[in-house]
Amino acid sequence: MLNYILRRLLVMIPTLAAISFLIFFIIELPEGDYISNQISMLRSTGESASIGRLEFLRKEFALDRPFVERYGIWVGLWPGPNGFDGLIQGNWGWSFEYDQPVGEVVGPTLPLTVALNLATVLFIYCVAFPIGIYSATHQYSVGDYTFTLIGYLGLATPNFLLALVLMYLANSWFGLTVGGIMEEHYIGEPMSGGKVLSIVAHLIVPVIVIGTSGTAAMIRRLRANLLDEIYKQYVTTARSKGMRESKLLVKYPLRVALNPFIADIGNLIPSLVSGSVIVSVVLNLPTVGPVLLGALQSQDQFLAGFILLFVSILTLIGMLVSDVLLGYLDPRIRLGKEGARQ
Amino acid sequence: MNLLDVKGLSVEFHGDEGHHQVVRDVSFSVPENKCVALVGESGSGKTVISRAVMGILPAKSRITAGQILFRDNRKNGEQIDIAKLPPAGPAMRAIRGDQIAMIFQEPMVSLSPLHTIGDQISEAAKLHRFVGSKEAQELTKDMLRLVHFPEPERAIRAYPFELSGGLRQRALIAMAMICRPTLLIADEPTTALDVTIQAEILKLIKEVQAELNMTLLMITHDFGVVTNMADEVVVVYNGEVMEKGSVEDLFLTPQHPYLKALLNAVPSLSMEPDERLVPIRPIKPRTHHSDLQPQPVGKTHAFRGTALIELEGVCKNFTFKNLRGKKRRGMTTALDNVSLTVRRGECLGIVGESGSGKTTASLAMLRAFPLTRGKISYTTEDGPRDIQGFSEKELFQYRKKAQIIFQDPFSSLNPRRTLNEILQEPLVIHRMGDSLSQGARIRELIDLVGLSPRYLRRYPHSFSGGQRQRIGIARALALNPEFLICDEPTSALDVSVQAQILNLLKDLKDELGLTYVFVSHNLAVVDYISDRVAVMCKGKVVEVGPTRQIIDNPIHPYTRALLKAVPEPSLDHKLDFSSLAGTASSDPTQWPSPYRMRYTTVPYLVEIETDHWVCAPGMESMRDIVGLGGSHI
Repeated sequence: MLNYILRRLLVMIPTLAAISFLIFFIIELPEGDYISNQISMLRSTGESASIGRLEFLRKEFALDRPFVERYGIWVGLWPGPNGFDGLIQGNWGWSFEYDQPVGEVVGPTLPLTVALNLATVLFIYCVAFPIGIYSATHQYSVGDYTFTLIGYLGLATPNFLLALVLMYLANSWFGLTVGGIMEEHYIGEPMSGGKVLSIVAHLIVPVIVIGTSGTAAMIRRLRANLLDEIYKQYVTTARSKGMRESKLLVKYPLRVALNPFIADIGNLIPSLVSGSVIVSVVLNLPTVGPVLLGALQSQDQFLAGFILLFVSILTLIGMLVSDVLLGYLDPRIRLGKEGARQ
Repeated sequence: MNLLDVKGLSVEFHGDEGHHQVVRDVSFSVPENKCVALVGESGSGKTVISRAVMGILPAKSRITAGQILFRDNRKNGEQIDIAKLPPAGPAMRAIRGDQIAMIFQEPMVSLSPLHTIGDQISEAAKLHRFVGSKEAQELTKDMLRLVHFPEPERAIRAYPFELSGGLRQRALIAMAMICRPTLLIADEPTTALDVTIQAEILKLIKEVQAELNMTLLMITHDFGVVTNMADEVVVVYNGEVMEKGSVEDLFLTPQHPYLKALLNAVPSLSMEPDERLVPIRPIKPRTHHSDLQPQPVGKTHAFRGTALIELEGVCKNFTFKNLRGKKRRGMTTALDNVSLTVRRGECLGIVGESGSGKTTASLAMLRAFPLTRGKISYTTEDGPRDIQGFSEKELFQYRKKAQIIFQDPFSSLNPRRTLNEILQEPLVIHRMGDSLSQGARIRELIDLVGLSPRYLRRYPHSFSGGQRQRIGIARALALNPEFLICDEPTSALDVSVQAQILNLLKDLKDELGLTYVFVSHNLAVVDYISDRVAVMCKGKVVEVGPTRQIIDNPIHPYTRALLKAVPEPSLDHKLDFSSLAGTASSDPTQWPSPYRMRYTTVPYLVEIETDHWVCAPGMESMRDIVGLGGSHI
């Protein structure tokens, strides 16, 4: 198993190299770059005073070099104006728009992004599982139809609309401030019990909003998967031993029905980051999403590149985690090699 | 003393089209320490009755009337009415798995793929005996030993997919036995298994029954199993009991016409050469049409009995590949120097257990894959041709001549095509005629297999298994082929339907002058339909000859073991459980000399009688023994 994980980690290196190249290539596809855009804007308005500084920046960040060199410098495989100084060396790049290092722009948003995503995943699993199981075991009952209806509503309602409605309700019923991640007076304060509570209270609405469609989709899938398993012969075998229905359900069909969900962990992460952009904008949440959106719009290439690469790394790790978990939980995958030899 | 009394039991299914009585007023009793067999075709309700006794009826059904009285020996013979107990309630759960246990039909799907054998077997002990995991493990090992599981210590950590079908069935039996139930229900426990393994499992069930003082309720459609296992028989048809009594009474003097009909529909090894099976619902093929005339049998190059297809030293190895497609060291020999001749106008049966290479051999004749070694020649009008050397165009023409009927009629028909489209497709592919003449041809084919043209617009799901197999036959006949591969065409069908299909195949062969290669694991079926038989084991042909000679005078130890393991549906030829050879009979390295084969031994066929060949590599060096004649070797 350890061997397998090591091998997978090694495979991740060329994968990441390929992804980084693709990201850089796509970000650079549009004409020009952040600075040349700025320069032409200044020219059109007639202010040419600070053009010199911008030209200097262009040189400083090697934006005047050919594409492959620029990529090499960004990654840290090619000597830039300051020698080897790229992602590999720990320099995450410079954000032109914020006029700050990328690390400082992204840094504060990352913990919140991760916390929000984790909370959303947990929410999806916690809500979808009991409902999915109920729907499958009580197929075509009133409860099943009700959950199905709610689920379809959840799938069909645009997230931002739900966000606005819930935000309004949260404010008028519980007096939560509209938007933001915490009460304003906690901003900039050191962590304290009150601050944590405030953050948690503010996370509830976004988690529900971002998680609704995922929950609805998962309920439908779990119900279908479980319905496939529930009538299989091995379940009858277990029943004929005299097991309690609830225990039986969890031990046998649910365990088998879980596989697709474990395999899905890796895919969840990027969709949660990119899917929550609009909600984050509407709810004014300082997550990575809106930053990425802004960076892409203004061609702030190092910032956008870094965020995209970060999401890719998360995805790769998620894939690894789900593969390892699958191997651990499903003997058919773990012992597949031996099984094939027989 | 009766352990189980079923009185006036009625079970109802409620589906979308209202209620449907599947079991009507069924009464029978199971005396203690006896074996009672519930016999019937599929759909007769026999399984539903057994599920009702277990309290595991499907959700859409319920018991509408009657009693299921079970005498609880652990509570001083107090009688419990299972029909009144809520199926998922604690009282029923306490009985289920503890006092009444069940063995299921399909060992391949009856075990959870994600849990170890040990976990699944010990579960019932933990539930009913309240033992700790250590003790449960010991009990499990005891049970695995009882069912002669090899290496019980290791087996408890094995997963079902690592085991063969026979071993899984043993695990299932161990699972049912662990609480030493007083009543064991066995639902077609051997239907999915090879004959030799079937005989062993039956022997095992008998042994365990005696050892644990169990009462057995056996559900089966196989009269061979009934005569060998049962003391009493209950015949069920369409949800009602037709006839019941002791096995002797029923087999010697069957009263009810249904039972008589059912008995006549079963092929057996002791049938007369010209005896014909009588299907319960016979069909009449109609072959009066003009372009379905018999093949030109009389011409000089193609008279009956000459070689049509010849396999010479055919070898096929399969190499295991890992996920990246690189070759691994693992390799199996599916065909090992197979030499066979299929003669024009005959039916050659190929018999063997699963994994013997019988299907591979027949598929090789269709050029379904490239051979590792050897040559397959097909006799055309210009003499024999190697089918490996066919060009694309020649192969396309060859496809018209050679067709196949598949084993599973359920998955071999496209569920999204109507019957008309299914039958038309081969004609369209081979551009035979315009749509008008194709329509006429389809009507002929439908007639030929005894179906009605009214069905042409239906989809496969609305046909029964037997009807689907007839569609499969019609499709294979669409191109007017010269020879047909029948790959276990009746193994998925009921005995009564089996007789119908076998008779249909027989009639078609005679009337259309076809040549068959009939692959089957059922010796009685092969005996009924084939002129000659080839017995295969582990990719080798071990014996080949005229059917009667093979059946009456088997030479090879494997053929003998195979014949000995066939349960005959008559009381005079009961299985001799004590002389079963076990798994050794299918291991070439354990055969006695001169039949023994090491891994490198090349098969060598010796002609023992006229046309009767046996694989005996040891005789290559001492040919004089052949003079001794068959039976002494």
